[in-house]
Amino acid sequence: MTSPTDKPNDGGVPLPVVPAGATSGAPAEFPPASPAGRGMFGNQGTGDVSGYGGLVRQRQPIEEASRPYGGYFDEVRDALEEAYPAFNDAIEKVVVDRGELTLHVRPERIAEVCQVMRDDLALRFELCSSVSGADYLGADERRLHVVYLLTSMTYRRRVRLEAAVSVEAPHLPSVTAIYPTADWQEREAYDMFGIVFDGHPNLTRILMPDDWEGHPQRKDYPLGGVPVEYKGAEIQPPNERRSYQ
Amino acid sequence: MTTSNYASERETDEGRVFTVTGGDWDTIVSGTDPINDERIVVNMGPQHPSTHGVLRLILELEGETVREARSVIGYLHTGIEKNLEYRNWVQGSTFVTRMDYLAPIFNETAYALAVEKLLGITDDITERATTIRVLMMELNRISSHLVWLATTGMELGAISIMLYGFREREYILDIFETITGLRMNHAYVRPGGVAQDVPDDAIVKIREFLKMMPKKLKEYEDLLSGQPIWTERTKNVAVLDVTGCVALGITGPVLRSAGLAWDLRKTMPYCGYETYEFDVPTHPDGDVWGRYQVRLAEIRESMKLVEQALDRLRPGPVMVADRKIAWPAQLAIGVDGMGNSLEHVAKIMGQSMESLIHHFKLVTEGFRVPPGQVYVAIEAPRGELGVHAVSDGGTRPYRVHYREPSFVNLQALPAMAEGGLIADVIAGGASLDPVMGGCDR
Repeated sequence: MTSPTDKPNDGGVPLPVVPAGATSGAPAEFPPASPAGRGMFGNQGTGDVSGYGGLVRQRQPIEEASRPYGGYFDEVRDALEEAYPAFNDAIEKVVVDRGELTLHVRPERIAEVCQVMRDDLALRFELCSSVSGADYLGADERRLHVVYLLTSMTYRRRVRLEAAVSVEAPHLPSVTAIYPTADWQEREAYDMFGIVFDGHPNLTRILMPDDWEGHPQRKDYPLGGVPVEYKGAEIQPPNERRSYQ
Repeated sequence: MTTSNYASERETDEGRVFTVTGGDWDTIVSGTDPINDERIVVNMGPQHPSTHGVLRLILELEGETVREARSVIGYLHTGIEKNLEYRNWVQGSTFVTRMDYLAPIFNETAYALAVEKLLGITDDITERATTIRVLMMELNRISSHLVWLATTGMELGAISIMLYGFREREYILDIFETITGLRMNHAYVRPGGVAQDVPDDAIVKIREFLKMMPKKLKEYEDLLSGQPIWTERTKNVAVLDVTGCVALGITGPVLRSAGLAWDLRKTMPYCGYETYEFDVPTHPDGDVWGRYQVRLAEIRESMKLVEQALDRLRPGPVMVADRKIAWPAQLAIGVDGMGNSLEHVAKIMGQSMESLIHHFKLVTEGFRVPPGQVYVAIEAPRGELGVHAVSDGGTRPYRVHYREPSFVNLQALPAMAEGGLIADVIAGGASLDPVMGGCDR
C-alpha cells in the first residue's frame, strides 16, 4: 500500500507551509477565501482580457456574536457560564450564524466542557451527534479544527463546539470517556486529519489501511494524477485540472 | 491431528492458525487443544455473506460464547467526502447518493438541505418540491426496511422472506425509475428542489403500491411473527437499552426499539414533517425482536406519510425561482434515463444565445455559496443522518462530513455481541442494519 506521493517527506504529508494571511489568537471561523472569489472566469494571470479579472468579491465577516443571541442560545451560554467556572478561559469565541450556535473552545479544555455540557441539569447534552475534522489551511495557524455537534434530547437543542489545533502540536483530550460514541469518530478525524486525541483507548486508522502514510483530508495532501497509457499522457490531479471556478 | 478439506492449519508465533472456509465445526475445532486453548480467535469476514457487505469481525470465542468482539471497517472507503471538495455544489448530489446505497434519497435530501441552509434559501423551496422530497424519502424508507427484513431473514435462515422482501422493494425501485430514470443512485434531490417533476404514471404506480403493500406486510408477519425459530432467534437477543444507545450514539429504529421515541421527524422537524400525521413506533424490549417490530410498524407509518404526501401534491414549480441557483436545464426522462429535454436543447442551441451562456455558466461553474458552516440532520432509515458542510464562499464545498448512522451504530456491535452466542452476533449485527457503503463512505 503506498500513498499517492513518492516525494520523500515527513510521514507522507508535505511540510506545512506558513499559511498566508494567518491570524493568531482566536480561531478562524472561515476557511481561506476561495480562489473563486477573485475574477470572473477563474483566471489568475493575464489570460483574462475582459477587464473583469481584478474583481474581488466582498466577504461578510462573521463577528463574535453579541448578546442577546436569540432563541435558546442565551440560556445555553448562561447555564454553561454558571456551571463551569473556567468559562472565560475555555471559551475563545461565541459565534451565532445561520441559526446555529458555535462555541470555540480551547482544545485542552474540550473534555471538561463536554463533561459539563452533558451533566449539568440545565444543559443536558446527552448525545454527541457528530465529531468531524476540518482543515482551515491558510486561514488559521491552528488550522485543524475539530467540530463536535452536541444534541440535547431533553431540551431538543443543538450546539456546536469547535476546537482548533496546529499541525505541529495536533493534540487535544479525547471525549470518549464522556461520549463513548466519539470513539470511531475521533479515529476517523485522526485517520483523515492527523488530529491526536489524547486518552483515546485505541487511536488507530479506521477507514484507510493501517500502513497508509499521510492524512488524506488535509488540504495539502497531494492528490496525485493517474498516468494514462496514451502517448505518455497523464491526468493531472483534480486540483490542478483546468476548471471553471 | 485431523486433515480436513475445509480447514487448513499452520503454526505461527502466536499459536496455531486455522483457515476455515466452511464445513463442520466439530471437525475444525478437533484440531485445538481444549484444555490449554480455551479461547480461540475467529476472523469473520470481510466477505462473510452475513455481515451486510464487507465488514470484518474479529471474535474471541470461548466455546460458542463470544468473549470479545471487534469490528474492522474501511473496506468500502471510496473517499466521497474528499471527492466532493473538487466538484461543484450541484455535482455533490451525484456523489453523496452513492454513500448509503439503500437510502440514496436521504443522502441527497440531507445534502440539499445543508446547501440550502448555507445559501439561506431554505424558505424559498417550493411546496411541491418539499412534498416530493417527503414522498420519495418515505418510499425509500420502506424499500430500505424491506431490504433489512429480507437480508435479516436470510441471515437467520428464512429464505422466503428474502425473496419476498426484495420482490416488493423492486416495485419501489420501479417507481423510482419512473420518476428519476434510475433504480438507485438517483441524484434526484438537488440543492434548490428536485431534478424534475413526478410524472403522472408514477402517481398511479404509487397508488397501486399502497393498495398492494398492506397485504404483503400481513404475509410477512404471518410468515415470521408466530414462527418459533424466528422468535427464538430474535427475542432477548442482542439487547441494548436506552442508556447504552445514547452513550454509543445509536439512533433510529435501534434506539426506538429500546423505548425512546426519538425521531427527528417529530423532535426536530424538517421538510414540513410537523404538518403530517404519523406515529413513532417504539418497543419496550430493546432486542432484535423489538427492532423487527419497530421496522415493520415504520413501514406502515411511512405508507401513511406517502398517502398524505400524494394528497398534498399540487401543481407548481419543483425548483427555486432564483435563476442564479436553479438548475437551468429542463430535464426529462428518456428511454435511457434522465437527460436534457429536447425543447430545452432546441432553445439553447437554436434560439437563445443568452440561455446557452446561462446554462453553460451554471453547469460548468456552478453557483457560489456564502462562507460559513452548517449542520443539518434528518431521520434516515438507520438513524440520524447529519451533514456538516463548510463553504469558503466558492463554487465547491470546502468540507462536507457525513454523520452516517451506519458508521456510528456499528460501534454497538461489541456491546451487543460480547457475552452472547456466536450465532447471535449475526442477529445483533443484522438488527443494526449497517450499510457498509454508508459506513465507510
